[in-house]
Amino acid sequence: MQDLISMRDLGKDDILKFMEIATAIEKGDLKPDMKGKLMAALFFEPSTRTHLSFETAMKRLGGEVISMSGTANTSVSKGETLADTTKVISQYADIIVMRHPLEGAARYVAEHVDIPVINAGDGANQHPTQSLLDVYTILKTQGKLENLNICLVGDLKYGRTVHSLVYALSFFNPRFYFVSPENLRMPEHFLKDFEKLGIKYSEHLTIEEIIGEVDILYMTRIQRERFADMHEYEKVKNLYILNANMLQNVKDNLKVLHPLPRVNEISTDVDSTKYAHYFQQTKNGVYIRQAILTLLLGGVQ
Amino acid sequence: MRELKVDAIKNGTVLDHIPAGKALKVLSILNPNPKDVVTIGINFSGKSQKKDILKFENLELKKEDVDKIAVLAPKATINIIHDYNVVKKYKVEVPDKLENLWDCPNPNCITRSENQKTKFVVENKEPIVLRCVYCERTFDVEEINL
Repeated sequence: MQDLISMRDLGKDDILKFMEIATAIEKGDLKPDMKGKLMAALFFEPSTRTHLSFETAMKRLGGEVISMSGTANTSVSKGETLADTTKVISQYADIIVMRHPLEGAARYVAEHVDIPVINAGDGANQHPTQSLLDVYTILKTQGKLENLNICLVGDLKYGRTVHSLVYALSFFNPRFYFVSPENLRMPEHFLKDFEKLGIKYSEHLTIEEIIGEVDILYMTRIQRERFADMHEYEKVKNLYILNANMLQNVKDNLKVLHPLPRVNEISTDVDSTKYAHYFQQTKNGVYIRQAILTLLLGGVQ
Repeated sequence: MRELKVDAIKNGTVLDHIPAGKALKVLSILNPNPKDVVTIGINFSGKSQKKDILKFENLELKKEDVDKIAVLAPKATINIIHDYNVVKKYKVEVPDKLENLWDCPNPNCITRSENQKTKFVVENKEPIVLRCVYCERTFDVEEINL
C-alpha cells in the first residue's frame, strides 16, 4: 500500500493488517524504528487532536516531524497551488500527513507526489485513521470484530465518521442499530448496500429502546454547521443525551465510544462508569497511527 | 425500413431511442456546425414508449460525445449514414470510467479549485449513479451539469 486516502480503498485483509501491527506495537512485541524518517504534518485546516496524535505517533516511533497548521503566512496564502506546495514538501519529507478543507484533496496530492500520503481528513469526505482507530478500539474492548451488535447515534446522514466506520465494520457481519431523528437518517444507498450484503439493521428514534441489546454504543455530535435552518438544528440538538441512569440494564461488555469533541451528547456522569471508553479511544489513535506510519514507510513487511 | 416522419439525410448521424423529452439536452452537449441541418424529433412513437430522435447532417461523433450521450440516454442508438444508407448502427454503452467530461457538481471538491481533470466511476448503470474519484460523492444524471 502506497497511501491511505479512503476507507473505500481498503479490504478486510488491509484492515486486519493494521489491527495486527497496532496490537503488536501496543504490546511491545514490535518496535519499529523510524529514526531518520521525517513526517510532514500539513494541516491546511487546523485540528489539535488529530495533529498531535500523529506527531506523538511519529515521535514514539523515533522519527521526526515538520509541521504546518493553518495557511496564514504560508505559500498557500500567496496563491500557490496545493500541487506545488506539496510537491516542494515531498522533496524534504518521507511521508505527508494532511488535512484539508476541500474534499478529494488528499487523493489529488497523492497523484502529484512520489512519497506516501495519509489523509487526516478532507472536508466532509473521509477520515480513515479515525475509522481505523474506532475499529481497533472495538476489537480491543470486545476481543473480536465479528458478529457484534453496534449502535450508532446522532447525525447519521452527514456524519463522515459514521459512514467510514459502517463501511469498515461491514466486513465483519455486524448487526447495526441506527438511532437518529427522521431528517438525519442513514442515507438510503447505505441501507440498500446492507441489504445486498445481507447485513441486518434496524432504525430507531430513541437510544432507550435498544441500549440493552448492544455491545458498542457509538455516539456522535450533531453538527450545527450542517444545518441551513437554525430552527431545525434547535429541534434536534438535544435529542440524544446519554446519562449514567440510562446504563442500568445494559450488557456487561457494553462500551460507549465517541470520536470527540463532545458537546453535550454524553453527560459527564457517564465518564466514571465502566462503560465509558472514549478517552481510551483517543490513546488507541496513537497506536493505530504508529501502525499506519510503520506500514507506509516500509517498517514491516 | 419503416417510414420516418422527417426527411432522410444524405450523410451524417442519427441518434435514436433518446428518452422522450431529452433531445434538447442531448443536442446541447454536441456541437454541430451551425450551418448544417439538424432535425429534432420529440415524442415520436417508439415500440413501447415515446422517444426523441436527433438527426445531424454531416456530424461525426467523437468518443467523448458518445460517452456523454450514454450518460444522458443510456438506451440511445447511433446510426451512421453514408449516401442515404445506414452503414453502421450501434447502441451506446455506458463506460465504467468517465474522464474530464464535466465539472464535479460538488463545490467543495478539490477538482473545482485546482483545475484538475475530473474523473468519475460509474457505480450503477440503471439508473446511472456516478462517483467522483476525488471527493467520493455520488451523483445522478440530473445533478451533473453537462
